[in-house]
Amino acid sequence: MKRTRLAYPYIFVWMPLFIVAPMLFVAYYAFFDNGTFTTEYVKQVFSSTTYLPALWNSIWIALATTAVCLLAGYPVAYILSNMKKRTAALLSILFIMPMWMNMLLRTLAWKIILYDDGIVATVLSWFGATNVQLIYTPGAVLIATIYDFLPFMILPIYTTLIKIDRSHIEAAHDLGANGLNTFLRVVLPQSVPGIISGITMVFVPAMSTFAVSTMLGGKKIVLFGQLIEEKFLINKSFGVGSTLSLVLIILVIISMVIMRRADRDEGREGGTLW
Amino acid sequence: MKKFGKFLKGAYLGIVVLFMYLPITVMLVMSFTDSRSAAIWNGFSFGAYAALFSDGDVMDALLTTLLVAVISSILATVIGTATAIGLHSMKKRPRAVVESITQLPMVNPDLVTGISMMLLFAFIGIKQNVGITRMVIAHITFNIPYVIFSVLPKLRQSSDSLYEAAMDLGCSPVKALAKVVIPDIMPGIVSGLLLAFTLSIDDFAISLFTGGTSTNLAMLIYSKTAKGGVHTKFCALSALMFVVVGTLLLIVNLRSLRQEKEAEQQRRKVAQKN
Repeated sequence: MKRTRLAYPYIFVWMPLFIVAPMLFVAYYAFFDNGTFTTEYVKQVFSSTTYLPALWNSIWIALATTAVCLLAGYPVAYILSNMKKRTAALLSILFIMPMWMNMLLRTLAWKIILYDDGIVATVLSWFGATNVQLIYTPGAVLIATIYDFLPFMILPIYTTLIKIDRSHIEAAHDLGANGLNTFLRVVLPQSVPGIISGITMVFVPAMSTFAVSTMLGGKKIVLFGQLIEEKFLINKSFGVGSTLSLVLIILVIISMVIMRRADRDEGREGGTLW
Repeated sequence: MKKFGKFLKGAYLGIVVLFMYLPITVMLVMSFTDSRSAAIWNGFSFGAYAALFSDGDVMDALLTTLLVAVISSILATVIGTATAIGLHSMKKRPRAVVESITQLPMVNPDLVTGISMMLLFAFIGIKQNVGITRMVIAHITFNIPYVIFSVLPKLRQSSDSLYEAAMDLGCSPVKALAKVVIPDIMPGIVSGLLLAFTLSIDDFAISLFTGGTSTNLAMLIYSKTAKGGVHTKFCALSALMFVVVGTLLLIVNLRSLRQEKEAEQQRRKVAQKN
Protein backbone atom coordinates (compact mmCIF):
# COMPACT_ATOMS: atom_id res chain seq x y z
CA MET A 1 0.00 0.00 0.00
CA LYS A 2 1.50 3.29 -1.11
CA ARG A 3 -0.74 5.51 0.99
CA THR A 4 0.97 4.31 4.17
CA ARG A 5 4.06 6.26 3.15
CA LEU A 6 2.21 9.51 3.62
CA ALA A 7 2.48 8.95 7.37
CA TYR A 8 6.24 8.26 7.30
CA PRO A 9 7.50 11.86 7.67
CA TYR A 10 5.45 12.22 10.83
CA ILE A 11 6.11 8.73 12.20
CA PHE A 12 9.86 8.68 11.56
CA VAL A 13 10.81 12.35 11.90
CA TRP A 14 8.35 14.61 13.66
CA MET A 15 7.01 12.24 16.29
CA PRO A 16 10.37 10.90 17.55
CA LEU A 17 12.07 14.30 17.37
CA PHE A 18 9.38 16.54 18.86
CA ILE A 19 7.19 14.25 20.97
CA VAL A 20 9.38 11.39 22.22
CA ALA A 21 12.81 13.07 22.46
CA PRO A 22 11.66 16.09 24.53
CA MET A 23 10.22 13.76 27.17
CA LEU A 24 13.54 11.92 27.39
CA PHE A 25 15.35 15.23 27.80
CA VAL A 26 13.49 15.88 31.03
CA ALA A 27 15.01 12.71 32.49
CA TYR A 28 18.39 13.53 30.93
CA TYR A 29 18.63 17.01 32.46
CA ALA A 30 17.51 15.69 35.85
CA PHE A 31 20.36 13.17 36.06
CA PHE A 32 23.13 14.56 33.86
CA ASP A 33 25.24 17.66 34.23
CA ASN A 34 27.23 18.42 31.07
CA GLY A 35 27.21 14.76 30.09
CA THR A 36 28.23 13.29 33.45
CA PHE A 37 25.81 11.40 35.66
CA THR A 38 24.82 13.15 38.87
CA THR A 39 22.33 12.69 41.69
CA GLU A 40 23.02 16.20 42.94
CA TYR A 41 19.68 17.61 41.76
CA VAL A 42 17.64 14.79 43.25
CA LYS A 43 19.39 15.31 46.61
CA GLN A 44 18.81 19.05 46.37
CA VAL A 45 15.11 18.60 45.72
CA PHE A 46 14.47 16.13 48.51
CA SER A 47 16.58 17.88 51.15
CA SER A 48 15.21 21.36 50.51
CA THR A 49 12.52 22.93 52.65
CA THR A 50 10.81 24.82 49.80
CA TYR A 51 9.99 22.08 47.31
CA LEU A 52 8.14 19.58 49.45
CA PRO A 53 5.70 22.08 51.04
CA ALA A 54 4.86 23.34 47.53
CA LEU A 55 4.26 19.76 46.43
CA TRP A 56 1.97 19.28 49.41
CA ASN A 57 0.13 22.53 48.52
CA SER A 58 -0.41 21.28 44.98
CA ILE A 59 -1.68 17.91 46.17
CA TRP A 60 -4.22 19.30 48.64
CA ILE A 61 -5.41 22.00 46.23
CA ALA A 62 -5.83 19.36 43.50
CA LEU A 63 -7.65 16.97 45.85
CA ALA A 64 -9.99 19.67 47.18
CA THR A 65 -10.67 20.93 43.64
CA THR A 66 -11.48 17.42 42.45
CA ALA A 67 -13.82 16.77 45.39
CA VAL A 68 -15.74 20.04 45.01
CA CYS A 69 -15.97 19.66 41.20
CA LEU A 70 -17.36 16.14 41.62
CA LEU A 71 -19.94 17.14 44.24
CA ALA A 72 -21.04 20.25 42.34
CA GLY A 73 -20.67 18.84 38.82
CA TYR A 74 -22.43 15.50 39.17
CA PRO A 75 -25.86 17.02 39.87
CA VAL A 76 -25.44 19.30 36.83
CA ALA A 77 -24.65 16.35 34.58
CA TYR A 78 -27.49 14.34 36.13
CA ILE A 79 -30.11 17.06 35.69
CA LEU A 80 -28.98 17.69 32.11
CA SER A 81 -29.10 13.99 31.24
CA ASN A 82 -32.74 13.80 32.35
CA MET A 83 -33.88 16.64 30.12
CA LYS A 84 -35.38 16.42 26.65
CA LYS A 85 -32.68 15.58 24.14
CA ARG A 86 -32.77 18.89 22.27
CA THR A 87 -32.80 21.10 25.37
CA ALA A 88 -30.01 19.06 26.93
CA ALA A 89 -27.87 19.30 23.80
CA LEU A 90 -28.20 23.08 23.76
CA LEU A 91 -27.73 23.53 27.51
CA SER A 92 -24.74 21.20 27.62
CA ILE A 93 -22.91 23.50 25.20
CA LEU A 94 -23.39 26.26 27.77
CA PHE A 95 -21.74 24.15 30.46
CA ILE A 96 -18.98 22.77 28.27
CA MET A 97 -17.98 25.97 26.44
CA PRO A 98 -15.87 27.29 29.37
CA MET A 99 -13.77 24.13 29.08
CA TRP A 100 -12.42 25.49 25.82
CA MET A 101 -11.83 28.99 27.07
CA ASN A 102 -8.36 30.15 27.96
CA MET A 103 -7.60 29.29 31.56
CA LEU A 104 -5.23 32.21 31.99
CA LEU A 105 -7.97 34.68 31.05
CA ARG A 106 -10.52 32.95 33.25
CA THR A 107 -8.09 33.18 36.15
CA LEU A 108 -7.53 36.85 35.34
CA ALA A 109 -11.28 37.40 35.62
CA TRP A 110 -11.12 36.16 39.22
CA LYS A 111 -8.25 38.50 39.96
CA ILE A 112 -10.40 41.43 38.82
CA ILE A 113 -13.30 40.29 40.98
CA LEU A 114 -11.26 39.55 44.09
CA TYR A 115 -8.84 42.48 43.90
CA ASP A 116 -8.82 45.17 46.59
CA ASP A 117 -11.91 47.38 46.12
CA GLY A 118 -13.19 44.93 43.50
CA ILE A 119 -16.77 43.73 43.14
CA VAL A 120 -16.70 41.14 45.94
CA ALA A 121 -15.11 43.56 48.41
CA THR A 122 -17.74 46.16 47.47
CA VAL A 123 -20.61 43.76 48.05
CA LEU A 124 -19.11 42.63 51.36
CA SER A 125 -18.75 46.24 52.51
CA TRP A 126 -22.53 46.72 52.06
CA PHE A 127 -22.91 44.13 54.79
CA GLY A 128 -20.39 45.90 56.99
CA ALA A 129 -17.48 43.56 56.31
CA THR A 130 -14.58 45.79 55.42
CA ASN A 131 -10.89 45.02 55.02
CA VAL A 132 -11.46 41.35 54.27
CA GLN A 133 -8.38 39.89 52.62
CA LEU A 134 -9.66 38.15 49.49
CA ILE A 135 -6.85 38.06 46.97
CA TYR A 136 -3.51 36.41 47.75
CA THR A 137 -5.09 33.75 49.94
CA PRO A 138 -5.33 29.97 49.55
CA GLY A 139 -9.10 30.43 49.19
CA ALA A 140 -8.63 32.62 46.12
CA VAL A 141 -6.42 29.98 44.51
CA LEU A 142 -8.88 27.22 45.36
CA ILE A 143 -11.95 29.00 44.00
CA ALA A 144 -10.15 29.78 40.74
CA THR A 145 -9.00 26.17 40.25
CA ILE A 146 -12.53 24.92 40.94
CA TYR A 147 -13.79 27.43 38.39
CA ASP A 148 -11.15 26.45 35.85
CA PHE A 149 -11.80 22.72 36.05
CA LEU A 150 -15.54 22.30 36.77
CA PRO A 151 -16.49 21.82 33.07
CA PHE A 152 -13.90 19.02 32.79
CA MET A 153 -15.86 17.11 35.43
CA ILE A 154 -19.32 17.78 33.99
CA LEU A 155 -18.58 16.69 30.41
CA PRO A 156 -17.44 13.05 30.94
CA ILE A 157 -20.12 12.35 33.57
CA TYR A 158 -22.79 13.80 31.30
CA THR A 159 -21.67 11.68 28.33
CA THR A 160 -21.81 8.44 30.34
CA LEU A 161 -25.17 9.36 31.91
CA ILE A 162 -26.91 9.92 28.55
CA LYS A 163 -25.69 6.50 27.38
CA ILE A 164 -27.45 4.66 30.22
CA ASP A 165 -30.27 2.51 28.88
CA ARG A 166 -33.52 4.15 30.04
CA SER A 167 -35.20 0.76 30.27
CA HIS A 168 -32.92 -0.14 33.22
CA ILE A 169 -34.32 2.82 35.12
CA GLU A 170 -37.89 1.97 34.15
CA ALA A 171 -37.34 -1.67 35.17
CA ALA A 172 -36.09 -0.55 38.58
CA HIS A 173 -39.20 1.61 39.01
CA ASP A 174 -41.47 -1.26 37.90
CA LEU A 175 -39.80 -3.54 40.42
CA GLY A 176 -40.68 -1.08 43.18
CA ALA A 177 -37.49 0.91 43.70
CA ASN A 178 -38.05 4.53 44.68
CA GLY A 179 -36.18 7.44 43.08
CA LEU A 180 -33.27 7.40 45.52
CA ASN A 181 -32.82 3.63 45.33
CA THR A 182 -32.94 3.68 41.54
CA PHE A 183 -30.29 6.37 41.51
CA LEU A 184 -27.99 4.63 44.01
CA ARG A 185 -28.30 1.15 42.56
CA VAL A 186 -28.83 1.69 38.85
CA VAL A 187 -27.67 5.12 37.70
CA LEU A 188 -24.69 5.79 39.97
CA PRO A 189 -22.90 2.45 39.39
CA GLN A 190 -23.28 2.81 35.63
CA SER A 191 -21.84 6.32 35.68
CA VAL A 192 -18.63 5.31 37.46
CA PRO A 193 -16.52 5.33 34.24
CA GLY A 194 -17.57 8.94 33.69
CA ILE A 195 -16.74 9.86 37.29
CA ILE A 196 -13.32 8.26 36.95
CA SER A 197 -12.44 10.07 33.74
CA GLY A 198 -13.77 13.29 35.27
CA ILE A 199 -11.50 12.84 38.28
CA THR A 200 -8.49 12.25 35.99
CA MET A 201 -9.36 15.24 33.83
CA VAL A 202 -9.51 17.50 36.89
CA PHE A 203 -6.85 16.10 39.20
CA VAL A 204 -4.00 15.80 36.68
CA PRO A 205 -4.11 19.34 35.28
CA ALA A 206 -4.89 20.78 38.73
CA MET A 207 -1.67 19.18 40.02
CA SER A 208 0.38 20.94 37.37
CA THR A 209 -1.34 24.32 37.41
CA PHE A 210 1.01 27.24 37.92
CA ALA A 211 -0.37 30.55 36.65
CA VAL A 212 -3.23 30.47 39.18
CA SER A 213 -1.02 30.64 42.24
CA THR A 214 1.25 33.29 40.71
CA MET A 215 -1.75 35.51 39.98
CA LEU A 216 -3.93 34.83 43.01
CA GLY A 217 -1.71 33.27 45.65
CA GLY A 218 0.84 36.01 46.09
CA LYS A 219 3.58 34.74 48.37
CA LYS A 220 1.04 33.10 50.67
CA ILE A 221 0.62 29.88 48.74
CA VAL A 222 3.13 28.57 46.23
CA LEU A 223 2.23 25.62 44.03
CA PHE A 224 4.59 23.03 42.62
CA GLY A 225 3.99 24.11 39.03
CA GLN A 226 4.90 27.67 39.94
CA LEU A 227 8.26 26.48 41.31
CA ILE A 228 8.94 24.61 38.07
CA GLU A 229 8.15 27.75 36.09
CA GLU A 230 10.49 29.82 38.26
CA LYS A 231 13.33 27.29 38.00
CA PHE A 232 13.17 27.30 34.20
CA LEU A 233 12.32 30.88 33.36
CA ILE A 234 13.82 32.92 36.18
CA ASN A 235 16.66 30.90 37.74
CA LYS A 236 17.52 29.08 34.48
CA SER A 237 18.46 26.01 36.53
CA PHE A 238 17.40 23.24 34.17
CA GLY A 239 18.71 20.49 36.46
CA VAL A 240 16.52 21.25 39.47
CA GLY A 241 13.63 22.24 37.19
CA SER A 242 13.80 18.92 35.32
CA THR A 243 13.96 16.95 38.57
CA LEU A 244 10.85 18.75 39.84
CA SER A 245 9.11 18.08 36.51
CA LEU A 246 10.07 14.43 36.74
CA VAL A 247 8.45 14.24 40.18
CA LEU A 248 5.32 15.81 38.64
CA ILE A 249 5.33 13.40 35.67
CA ILE A 250 5.67 10.41 38.03
CA LEU A 251 2.74 11.65 40.14
CA VAL A 252 0.65 12.13 37.00
CA ILE A 253 1.47 8.61 35.80
CA ILE A 254 0.67 7.12 39.24
CA SER A 255 -2.72 8.84 39.39
CA MET A 256 -3.52 7.73 35.83
CA VAL A 257 -2.61 4.13 36.63
CA ILE A 258 -4.76 4.18 39.78
CA MET A 259 -7.68 5.60 37.80
CA ARG A 260 -7.28 3.05 35.02
CA ARG A 261 -7.20 0.20 37.53
CA ALA A 262 -10.30 1.54 39.29
CA ASP A 263 -12.01 1.75 35.91
CA ARG A 264 -11.15 -1.88 35.10
CA ASP A 265 -12.15 -3.22 38.53
CA GLU A 266 -15.45 -1.43 38.25
CA GLY A 267 -16.00 -3.01 34.83
CA ARG A 268 -15.41 -6.50 36.20
CA GLU A 269 -17.72 -5.93 39.15
CA GLY A 270 -20.41 -4.63 36.81
CA GLY A 271 -20.03 -7.80 34.76
CA THR A 272 -20.75 -10.06 37.70
CA LEU A 273 -23.67 -7.93 38.83
CA TRP A 274 -25.76 -8.68 35.79
CA MET B 1 -44.07 18.54 44.97
CA LYS B 2 -43.00 17.61 41.47
CA LYS B 3 -43.12 21.25 40.40
CA PHE B 4 -40.97 22.19 43.38
CA GLY B 5 -38.38 19.59 42.40
CA LYS B 6 -38.30 20.97 38.90
CA PHE B 7 -37.82 24.46 40.28
CA LEU B 8 -34.95 23.30 42.49
CA LYS B 9 -33.23 21.64 39.53
CA GLY B 10 -33.62 24.74 37.41
CA ALA B 11 -32.37 26.95 40.22
CA TYR B 12 -29.30 24.77 40.71
CA LEU B 13 -28.42 24.86 37.01
CA GLY B 14 -28.94 28.61 37.09
CA ILE B 15 -26.56 29.08 40.01
CA VAL B 16 -23.85 27.02 38.32
CA VAL B 17 -24.28 28.94 35.04
CA LEU B 18 -24.01 32.16 37.03
CA PHE B 19 -20.82 30.92 38.70
CA MET B 20 -19.36 29.96 35.33
CA TYR B 21 -20.23 33.09 33.41
CA LEU B 22 -20.25 35.86 36.02
CA PRO B 23 -16.45 36.29 36.21
CA ILE B 24 -16.16 36.49 32.42
CA THR B 25 -19.05 38.94 32.25
CA VAL B 26 -17.48 41.12 34.91
CA MET B 27 -14.28 41.17 32.88
CA LEU B 28 -16.17 42.15 29.71
CA VAL B 29 -18.01 44.92 31.55
CA MET B 30 -14.86 46.18 33.28
CA SER B 31 -13.12 46.56 29.93
CA PHE B 32 -15.44 49.56 29.41
CA THR B 33 -14.75 51.29 32.71
CA ASP B 34 -13.32 54.78 32.67
CA SER B 35 -10.42 54.05 34.98
CA ARG B 36 -6.95 52.59 34.87
CA SER B 37 -7.68 49.86 37.39
CA ALA B 38 -9.95 47.06 36.21
CA ALA B 39 -11.30 46.60 39.74
CA ILE B 40 -13.36 49.78 39.93
CA TRP B 41 -16.36 50.84 37.83
CA ASN B 42 -16.07 54.51 37.00
CA GLY B 43 -18.50 55.16 34.16
CA PHE B 44 -18.55 54.00 30.54
CA SER B 45 -15.63 54.61 28.22
CA PHE B 46 -13.78 53.14 25.25
CA GLY B 47 -10.53 54.40 26.78
CA ALA B 48 -9.14 50.92 27.48
CA TYR B 49 -9.59 49.89 23.84
CA ALA B 50 -7.99 53.11 22.60
CA ALA B 51 -5.04 52.54 24.93
CA LEU B 52 -4.82 48.94 23.74
CA PHE B 53 -4.50 49.76 20.04
CA SER B 54 -1.92 52.48 20.61
CA ASP B 55 0.32 50.18 22.67
CA GLY B 56 3.35 49.03 20.65
CA ASP B 57 3.99 45.93 22.80
CA VAL B 58 0.44 44.77 22.28
CA MET B 59 0.67 45.25 18.51
CA ASP B 60 3.96 43.33 18.38
CA ALA B 61 2.42 40.48 20.39
CA LEU B 62 -0.63 40.47 18.11
CA LEU B 63 1.59 40.18 15.05
CA THR B 64 3.56 37.30 16.64
CA THR B 65 0.35 35.52 17.65
CA LEU B 66 -1.19 35.74 14.18
CA LEU B 67 2.04 34.81 12.39
CA VAL B 68 2.55 31.74 14.58
CA ALA B 69 -1.12 30.76 14.31
CA VAL B 70 -1.26 31.00 10.50
CA ILE B 71 2.02 29.19 9.83
CA SER B 72 1.58 26.50 12.47
CA SER B 73 -2.06 25.73 11.68
CA ILE B 74 -1.40 25.37 7.94
CA LEU B 75 1.69 23.19 8.41
CA ALA B 76 -0.01 21.11 11.11
CA THR B 77 -2.98 20.56 8.79
CA VAL B 78 -0.76 19.43 5.90
CA ILE B 79 1.31 17.07 8.06
CA GLY B 80 -1.71 15.89 10.07
CA THR B 81 -3.87 15.15 7.01
CA ALA B 82 -1.10 13.23 5.23
CA THR B 83 -0.42 11.29 8.42
CA ALA B 84 -4.10 10.48 8.93
CA ILE B 85 -4.43 9.14 5.36
CA GLY B 86 -1.30 7.04 5.85
CA LEU B 87 -2.39 5.81 9.28
CA HIS B 88 -5.81 4.84 7.95
CA SER B 89 -4.30 2.33 5.53
CA MET B 90 -1.83 0.92 8.08
CA LYS B 91 -2.12 -2.36 9.95
CA LYS B 92 -3.89 -2.27 13.29
CA ARG B 93 -0.97 -2.84 15.63
CA PRO B 94 1.53 -0.21 14.38
CA ARG B 95 -1.34 2.21 13.97
CA ALA B 96 -2.34 1.77 17.61
CA VAL B 97 1.24 2.47 18.72
CA VAL B 98 1.46 5.67 16.65
CA GLU B 99 -1.97 6.81 17.79
CA SER B 100 -1.15 6.41 21.46
CA ILE B 101 2.15 8.29 21.15
CA THR B 102 0.30 10.98 19.22
CA GLN B 103 -2.09 11.37 22.13
CA LEU B 104 0.80 12.23 24.48
CA PRO B 105 0.73 16.00 23.81
CA MET B 106 -3.03 15.95 24.38
CA VAL B 107 -2.90 14.20 27.77
CA ASN B 108 0.38 15.65 29.04
CA PRO B 109 0.04 18.75 31.21
CA ASP B 110 0.90 21.82 29.09
CA LEU B 111 3.60 22.68 31.59
CA VAL B 112 5.40 19.40 30.88
CA THR B 113 5.02 19.72 27.09
CA GLY B 114 6.36 23.26 27.28
CA ILE B 115 9.44 22.58 29.39
CA SER B 116 10.31 19.38 27.52
CA MET B 117 10.35 21.30 24.22
CA MET B 118 12.35 24.06 25.86
CA LEU B 119 14.97 21.48 26.89
CA LEU B 120 15.08 20.01 23.37
CA PHE B 121 15.64 23.45 21.85
CA ALA B 122 18.32 24.22 24.43
CA PHE B 123 20.05 20.93 23.68
CA ILE B 124 20.08 21.20 19.89
CA GLY B 125 20.93 24.88 20.19
CA ILE B 126 17.98 26.74 18.71
CA LYS B 127 18.59 30.09 20.35
CA GLN B 128 16.17 32.17 22.41
CA ASN B 129 16.24 35.02 19.88
CA VAL B 130 14.60 32.89 17.20
CA GLY B 131 11.61 32.53 19.48
CA ILE B 132 9.15 32.59 16.59
CA THR B 133 10.71 29.49 15.01
CA ARG B 134 10.66 27.71 18.38
CA MET B 135 7.07 28.72 18.97
CA VAL B 136 6.01 27.59 15.48
CA ILE B 137 7.62 24.16 15.96
CA ALA B 138 5.98 23.77 19.37
CA HIS B 139 2.57 24.84 18.08
CA ILE B 140 2.76 22.50 15.07
CA THR B 141 3.58 19.68 17.49
CA PHE B 142 0.61 20.24 19.78
CA ASN B 143 -1.73 20.91 16.82
CA ILE B 144 -0.92 17.82 14.72
CA PRO B 145 -2.82 15.43 17.05
CA TYR B 146 -5.98 17.55 16.84
CA VAL B 147 -5.82 17.55 13.02
CA ILE B 148 -5.18 13.79 12.88
CA PHE B 149 -8.07 13.04 15.20
CA SER B 150 -10.51 15.25 13.29
CA VAL B 151 -9.53 13.75 9.91
CA LEU B 152 -9.43 10.06 10.93
CA PRO B 153 -13.19 9.74 11.62
CA LYS B 154 -13.94 11.18 8.15
CA LEU B 155 -11.66 8.56 6.58
CA ARG B 156 -13.47 5.84 8.47
CA GLN B 157 -16.81 7.12 7.12
CA SER B 158 -15.64 7.32 3.51
CA SER B 159 -15.37 4.12 1.55
CA ASP B 160 -12.00 2.70 0.48
CA SER B 161 -13.54 1.35 -2.70
CA LEU B 162 -13.86 4.93 -4.05
CA TYR B 163 -10.07 5.27 -4.02
CA GLU B 164 -9.68 1.83 -5.62
CA ALA B 165 -12.33 2.60 -8.24
CA ALA B 166 -10.50 5.81 -9.18
CA MET B 167 -7.30 3.80 -9.62
CA ASP B 168 -9.10 1.15 -11.70
CA LEU B 169 -10.43 3.91 -13.93
CA GLY B 170 -6.87 5.01 -14.64
CA CYS B 171 -6.07 7.60 -11.98
CA SER B 172 -2.53 7.73 -10.62
CA PRO B 173 -2.40 7.35 -6.81
CA VAL B 174 -1.66 11.07 -6.44
CA LYS B 175 -4.56 12.02 -8.68
CA ALA B 176 -6.89 9.60 -6.90
CA LEU B 177 -5.96 11.19 -3.58
CA ALA B 178 -6.41 14.73 -4.88
CA LYS B 179 -9.64 14.12 -6.80
CA VAL B 180 -11.39 11.53 -4.66
CA VAL B 181 -10.05 11.08 -1.14
CA ILE B 182 -9.26 14.71 -0.21
CA PRO B 183 -12.65 16.15 -1.33
CA ASP B 184 -14.36 13.37 0.59
CA ILE B 185 -12.62 14.18 3.89
CA MET B 186 -12.55 17.97 3.33
CA PRO B 187 -14.97 18.78 6.20
CA GLY B 188 -12.61 17.02 8.64
CA ILE B 189 -9.59 18.85 7.25
CA VAL B 190 -11.30 22.24 7.58
CA SER B 191 -12.39 21.45 11.16
CA GLY B 192 -8.83 20.43 12.00
CA LEU B 193 -7.42 23.63 10.48
CA LEU B 194 -9.89 25.83 12.37
CA LEU B 195 -9.23 24.02 15.64
CA ALA B 196 -5.45 24.25 15.16
CA PHE B 197 -5.67 27.97 14.40
CA THR B 198 -7.84 28.59 17.46
CA LEU B 199 -5.69 26.56 19.85
CA SER B 200 -2.62 28.36 18.57
CA ILE B 201 -4.05 31.87 19.16
CA ASP B 202 -5.21 30.75 22.58
CA ASP B 203 -2.04 29.03 23.76
CA PHE B 204 -0.30 30.26 26.85
CA ALA B 205 1.74 27.66 28.75
CA ILE B 206 3.60 26.06 25.85
CA SER B 207 4.43 29.45 24.30
CA LEU B 208 5.66 30.73 27.65
CA PHE B 209 8.41 28.09 27.77
CA THR B 210 9.32 28.03 24.09
CA GLY B 211 8.82 31.66 23.08
CA GLY B 212 12.19 32.97 24.26
CA THR B 213 12.39 36.63 23.31
CA SER B 214 9.16 36.51 21.28
CA THR B 215 5.94 37.21 23.12
CA ASN B 216 2.41 36.28 22.09
CA LEU B 217 -0.78 37.87 23.42
CA ALA B 218 -1.40 35.41 26.26
CA MET B 219 2.23 35.68 27.42
CA LEU B 220 1.95 39.48 27.38
CA ILE B 221 -1.23 39.43 29.45
CA TYR B 222 0.43 37.10 31.95
CA SER B 223 3.60 39.16 32.28
CA LYS B 224 1.61 42.38 32.81
CA THR B 225 -1.03 41.07 35.21
CA ALA B 226 0.62 38.29 37.25
CA LYS B 227 1.78 40.67 39.98
CA GLY B 228 -0.14 43.70 41.28
CA GLY B 229 -3.34 45.22 39.90
CA VAL B 230 -4.84 44.76 36.45
CA HIS B 231 -4.71 47.65 33.97
CA THR B 232 -7.98 48.01 32.02
CA LYS B 233 -5.97 47.76 28.79
CA PHE B 234 -5.35 44.08 29.48
CA CYS B 235 -8.92 43.62 30.54
CA ALA B 236 -9.93 44.87 27.09
CA LEU B 237 -7.39 42.61 25.40
CA SER B 238 -8.67 39.58 27.34
CA ALA B 239 -12.25 40.49 26.45
CA LEU B 240 -11.35 40.64 22.75
CA MET B 241 -9.52 37.30 22.91
CA PHE B 242 -12.51 35.74 24.63
CA VAL B 243 -14.90 36.92 21.96
CA VAL B 244 -12.69 35.93 19.02
CA VAL B 245 -11.66 32.53 20.38
CA GLY B 246 -15.16 31.83 21.70
CA THR B 247 -16.70 32.51 18.29
CA LEU B 248 -14.15 30.31 16.54
CA LEU B 249 -14.76 27.46 18.99
CA LEU B 250 -18.50 27.76 18.64
CA ILE B 251 -18.10 27.45 14.85
CA VAL B 252 -15.83 24.39 15.21
CA ASN B 253 -18.18 22.69 17.66
CA LEU B 254 -21.34 23.42 15.68
CA ARG B 255 -19.60 22.12 12.53
CA SER B 256 -18.71 18.82 14.16
CA LEU B 257 -22.19 18.54 15.65
CA ARG B 258 -23.73 19.01 12.19
CA GLN B 259 -21.29 16.56 10.60
CA GLU B 260 -22.17 13.92 13.17
CA LYS B 261 -25.83 14.42 12.40
CA GLU B 262 -25.26 14.09 8.65
CA ALA B 263 -23.22 10.91 9.15
CA GLU B 264 -26.02 9.52 11.32
CA GLN B 265 -28.60 10.25 8.60
CA GLN B 266 -26.39 8.64 5.97
CA ARG B 267 -25.99 5.52 8.09
CA ARG B 268 -29.75 5.33 8.51
CA LYS B 269 -30.31 5.64 4.76
CA VAL B 270 -27.83 2.85 4.05
CA ALA B 271 -29.47 0.69 6.70
CA GLN B 272 -32.88 1.24 5.13
CA LYS B 273 -31.65 0.26 1.67
CA ASN B 274 -30.24 -2.97 3.01
